[in-house]
Amino acid sequence: MARMATRQRVVISTIGAWLFGFLIFFPILWMVLASFKTELEAFAIPPSFLFFHWTLENYATVQERSDYFHHAMNSIIIAGGSTLIALLIAIPAAWSMAFSPTKRTKDILLWMLSTKMMPPVGVLVPIYLIFKTFGLLDSRIGLVFILCLGNLPIVIWMLFTYFKEIPRDILEAARMDGATIGRELVYVLTPMAIPGLASTLLLNLILAWNEAFWTLNLSTSNAAPLTTFIASYSSPEGLFWAKLSAASTLAIAPILVLGWFSQKQLVRGLTFGAVK
Amino acid sequence: MATRQTQFLARSLLTPAVGLLFIWMIVPLALTLYFSTLHYSLLDPGSEAFIGLENFRYFLTDPAFLASLQNTLVLVGSVLALTILLGIPLALLLDQPVIGRNFVRLMVIAPFFVMPTVSALVWKNLLMHPVSGLFAWLAKLVGLTPVDWFNDVPLFSVILIVAWQWLPFATLILLTALQSLDEEQKEAAEMDGASAVSTFIYITLPHLARPITVVILIETIFLLTVFAEIYVTTGGGPGLSTTNIAFLIYAQALIQFDVGSASAGGLVAVVIANIVAFFLVRIVGRNLEA
Repeated sequence: MARMATRQRVVISTIGAWLFGFLIFFPILWMVLASFKTELEAFAIPPSFLFFHWTLENYATVQERSDYFHHAMNSIIIAGGSTLIALLIAIPAAWSMAFSPTKRTKDILLWMLSTKMMPPVGVLVPIYLIFKTFGLLDSRIGLVFILCLGNLPIVIWMLFTYFKEIPRDILEAARMDGATIGRELVYVLTPMAIPGLASTLLLNLILAWNEAFWTLNLSTSNAAPLTTFIASYSSPEGLFWAKLSAASTLAIAPILVLGWFSQKQLVRGLTFGAVK
Repeated sequence: MATRQTQFLARSLLTPAVGLLFIWMIVPLALTLYFSTLHYSLLDPGSEAFIGLENFRYFLTDPAFLASLQNTLVLVGSVLALTILLGIPLALLLDQPVIGRNFVRLMVIAPFFVMPTVSALVWKNLLMHPVSGLFAWLAKLVGLTPVDWFNDVPLFSVILIVAWQWLPFATLILLTALQSLDEEQKEAAEMDGASAVSTFIYITLPHLARPITVVILIETIFLLTVFAEIYVTTGGGPGLSTTNIAFLIYAQALIQFDVGSASAGGLVAVVIANIVAFFLVRIVGRNLEA
């Protein structure tokens, strides 16, 4: 009896979960399918789900007509650059707060968090004018700078919560053995901190890759990353669904893969450690 | 233990981060504050003049402000309701013994990693197009009249897209919280003859109270400034029907080039966000003690 009930429960919850999961994932699947159709098929009613003429021509067209790789490269430079610089600034800060906390550490952490709460649109005007004055509009360096500062609080917070988990006894043992701070950092801390560093890096790459307020407002063509490039499909000419789908599939594929690896860290990073 | 030297080192390691964030916060805010008191239009350079609180009076009494405030509240409220009301059952379902759970979880989380411009354009065209969209085809299949989404219910269309993007976040956080719920407690309740419903109401739901609060606060912070989805689908229209505060300020700054009034609007947005932030920072701070 009890066994039957359990088996039944597994079957029901499995069907339910797969159904929900499929529904939620469907828009992405539909987009990927459309990217392999011809423009006419992508627009056709009734739509064809699998039995259409599969083609790669959209991928070729997207590259030829709009220099896709240029924008992909911008995304890589902007997301990668801003994340790396943020890490370089955040590692010492988080290390210092985790291992030599003072009375004010908590206040500093909360203050950093509060800078993340500032809505970007509140400072759009001055940032835009500063960028205009210094010729930073539509420049990659400007976007690297802005995204780095925007994500810095999250990077520091994530690193702080990871560093906090490194047992302090080990550090003290190393200190007793006469290790200097430099050696302690290189031989004891770094190996233990690498998983935390990796997940912080991953989550911030994702956030920076998908950032679509500053990139849309501060870049037009030269420095335009994929977010801005895709936005140019909002005022298209002629049939464009298959091309839009191909460009979109390429734009989200790498981040989808990274994202799936970082699910656990996502919760921790985005809730500032409030939910683990 | 901590010698003066290590204290000094610790402080000097912290300084660059604190300094940069301080500049990042103070300089633009001070400039916004300063611009908000000026008559300052980029279309009319050289005419800058101090006008006190005139920009605030103009911004706050502009009918567009009230409309956009209302749209902002409806957008934030609806997306919160949708993501939490769907997120709870979805998280409960994923917490069950499901065959292939990891794969299902991947499918559920995926929308969160799609960049906003892609989600918005794919939904607007491939799914919501009034003639060739998949929804229109499905509606005709069951004998309904297809909805012209972005003309008939523009704000609701934006809400649907944004809710789809944020549902994975709510689900994932609630699922993480569920998995930390003590199994024994639930089993004890079942043993005592508690029904599934009362176990949910008296044990699971109280356990979820805090993660739900966290979801509400964090989503609110991001939802208050939804921008890209509106920018690529409706451009704030038709009329003002999908203009939220973020988009209104953007339009005043970079379409009408009215720096003064956009700055006043920016400060209003900062004040609204700060009210939410106040509560979030307190909750996170409490967690820091534990």
